[in-house]
Amino acid sequence: MIDVHRQAFKEEAYELLSELETSLLELEETPEDSDLIGRVFRAMHTIKGSGAMFGFDDIASFTHEVETVFDMVRNGKLSVTKPLINLTLAARDQIKSMLDASESGGGADLTATVQIIAGLRALAGAEAPAAVTHQETAKPAAASTRITYRIRFAPCRGILGCGSNPLNLLVELRELGVCNVIAQTAGVPELEELDPESCYVYWDVILTTDQGMNAIKDVFIFVEDDCELSIEAVAEHDGYNSDEGYKKLGEILLERGDITTEEMASVLAEQKRFGELAVQKGIVTENKVEAALVEQRHVQAVRQEKQTSDAGNSIRVPAERLDLLVNLVGELVTVQARLSQTAAGRADLELSAIAEEVERLTGELRDSALNIRMLPIGSTFSKFKRLVRDLSSELGKEIEMTTDGAETELDKTVIEKLNDPLVHLIRNSLDHGIELPEVRVAAGKPRHGTVHLAAVHSGDSVLITIRDDGAGIDKEAVRAKAIENGIITPQAELTEKELFNLIFAPGFSTAKKISSISGRGVGMDVVKRAIEALRGTIDITSVYGEGAKITVRIPLTLAIIESLLVRIGRDFFMLPLSLVDECVELTREDVARSNGRHLANVREHLVPYIPLRERFLIHGESPEIEQIVITEVNGSRIGFVVDQVIGEHQTVIKSLGRAYKNVEGISGATILGDGSVALILDVPQLVQSVEAEAA
Amino acid sequence: MAKIIMTADDSASVRQMVSFTLKQGGYEVVEAVDGKDALQKLSGTKVDMLITDLNMPNLDGIGLIKGARALPSCKFIPIVMLTTESQDSRKQEGKAAGATGWIVKPFKPEQLMAVVKKVLG
Repeated sequence: MIDVHRQAFKEEAYELLSELETSLLELEETPEDSDLIGRVFRAMHTIKGSGAMFGFDDIASFTHEVETVFDMVRNGKLSVTKPLINLTLAARDQIKSMLDASESGGGADLTATVQIIAGLRALAGAEAPAAVTHQETAKPAAASTRITYRIRFAPCRGILGCGSNPLNLLVELRELGVCNVIAQTAGVPELEELDPESCYVYWDVILTTDQGMNAIKDVFIFVEDDCELSIEAVAEHDGYNSDEGYKKLGEILLERGDITTEEMASVLAEQKRFGELAVQKGIVTENKVEAALVEQRHVQAVRQEKQTSDAGNSIRVPAERLDLLVNLVGELVTVQARLSQTAAGRADLELSAIAEEVERLTGELRDSALNIRMLPIGSTFSKFKRLVRDLSSELGKEIEMTTDGAETELDKTVIEKLNDPLVHLIRNSLDHGIELPEVRVAAGKPRHGTVHLAAVHSGDSVLITIRDDGAGIDKEAVRAKAIENGIITPQAELTEKELFNLIFAPGFSTAKKISSISGRGVGMDVVKRAIEALRGTIDITSVYGEGAKITVRIPLTLAIIESLLVRIGRDFFMLPLSLVDECVELTREDVARSNGRHLANVREHLVPYIPLRERFLIHGESPEIEQIVITEVNGSRIGFVVDQVIGEHQTVIKSLGRAYKNVEGISGATILGDGSVALILDVPQLVQSVEAEAA
Repeated sequence: MAKIIMTADDSASVRQMVSFTLKQGGYEVVEAVDGKDALQKLSGTKVDMLITDLNMPNLDGIGLIKGARALPSCKFIPIVMLTTESQDSRKQEGKAAGATGWIVKPFKPEQLMAVVKKVLG
């Protein structure tokens, strides 16, 4: 690639040289023309700069001499004379012969070079400094000892106007090692006086790195002049001789020059916590103390990390304890919701502040508690590899399994419950999907088939896909079978998606022969139910002859979901938000116009709906304007009519007692902020039972 | 979306090299042959960064930096100038005009990428 650039440079240089010749001859006629002088200077400058970049060092250093002289001419320190023009023309010819020489691989006439340089220097009247062509790129060998530095970076107000982003510099510092950054915001003025284009903040940074001081200075190289910068080494962490006690807070503040020895002594005399006292006395601001504290903790942490790094940094905990923790967090979320609601109902500022704080903390606690139970799905994947190997030899097929996204994390309980359905799906792919080697070769495919298993995060759920390059699904066979089994009538018109979905219908099997692996027709509907129990969805796409793809979408966790809270009469219900598409209004006229059929016209599309008030036999009059919550289930849009949509809700799922276990259409319950109970709708099941009644 | 970087240089070979290096690094590149051309293109397109030579015909690098900083869309973008060692005073002049940083010629593609990453984040 470099050669292309070298060639481009040469072409450009030849062009510049011929231009230079013309300019020089013109300049001889009009020696005062500053435009011409500028043009000559630029030509030289470009040849020098670009020459050095593409490895023409001899040309660069030679041209530098000419450029120096013309810089003087440009600045009026030297006038254009006949000898100057002659010399420059000679220099131009010399550059050209150097370029030619580089082409043939030989060197240019060195004596001529030396003569011209001598002549130019004589003209310039002084020994011009020789061109420096080497560059200091070699950094001192990275010191292997880790040193903790204390850095104070105080950019000037106008730093943003230079296009520098202090944030980038801090990010760069973080890349050097273990880093703690404290922003000092005491300088930020009141809003009326604040200029949004100025930088009022400065930063105290504690950095432990093995890159040395120069690496830190390099970070700030462009802003050196635009900021106050101090970098000091505060601690070394090499070998085992660093067991000295860490510095006391007061000592750090003293070292930073934020307080004096006398002030420290007077504060210490009172024998309380130093930081609080120093702030109380108005000697230092809270921020400065915090910065010092962070430094103290940072050094402690680095030491501790050294001590514990050998011991490993994970512990084993029985799963029940984690489950208990998650349950407790669930209760806490419920209580917190009540607290927030209570606080919102009263005009008590103090209470709202506490409620807000609790809300924030609960959110963090919930996320990290759920995070503990997350496991990578990889261990399950490797089990499947064995399964594929054993089954393919049993079936006389050559099948390879590839996986992707083994590191994708899912709730432990979800992974456990996902195992059986996935085994079933893979078995199906192997048995029905991938053809025998001879069949594959006849169809122009490679002998061995591939099953690809992939997991990937998508929003608050995980997508697991099983893709094979086998025979695919024969739509006509599916149709014939469904008619034979009485699942659909011969007249039924179905979309491709609906047709594929028939595979999940109870009592459906397309394999002509029953093998020990699959084909008893009890499989796919069980798989679907298992996935739906995890509040997931399953989808099939296939091109006949090329293979099939099954996509399973599973929520990240089971304990807490986002849902839409709705009201019918005085009862509350929840719909899982992941299923909800949109909400539209339904007026009495709409209902009257549709002649008793439950169909709504949404942007020219007819959407069937289920009036929940009717379905759940809730007494009372429906309001003038009802709401339809439109959900997407199994690829078709179905609406649910409710009185009012209240909004999004973080729902902690409580299972219903044994007596209610078999209630259709309800998957659980939750407790609302005011203590009342809302039922969680099992949307797919509701749709199914309504469809079954209609048929 | 790829970030857009403008390179303003009257030397076609430097422009080619800068542009090639940046494109390999995944950036989109707009080329300008001198300061005037650059300013014209800047008023029409939004760029995320500007790399400019100092010595150019029509409008030089310093003029370009000043002109660019006066445009609302370029007020806070990083501007990096290409200088040679002999131009220390010009470097100061460039900084005063509003340049963010500089690259000393000659430079290698890695050095260019390091500076771009540094100022563009």
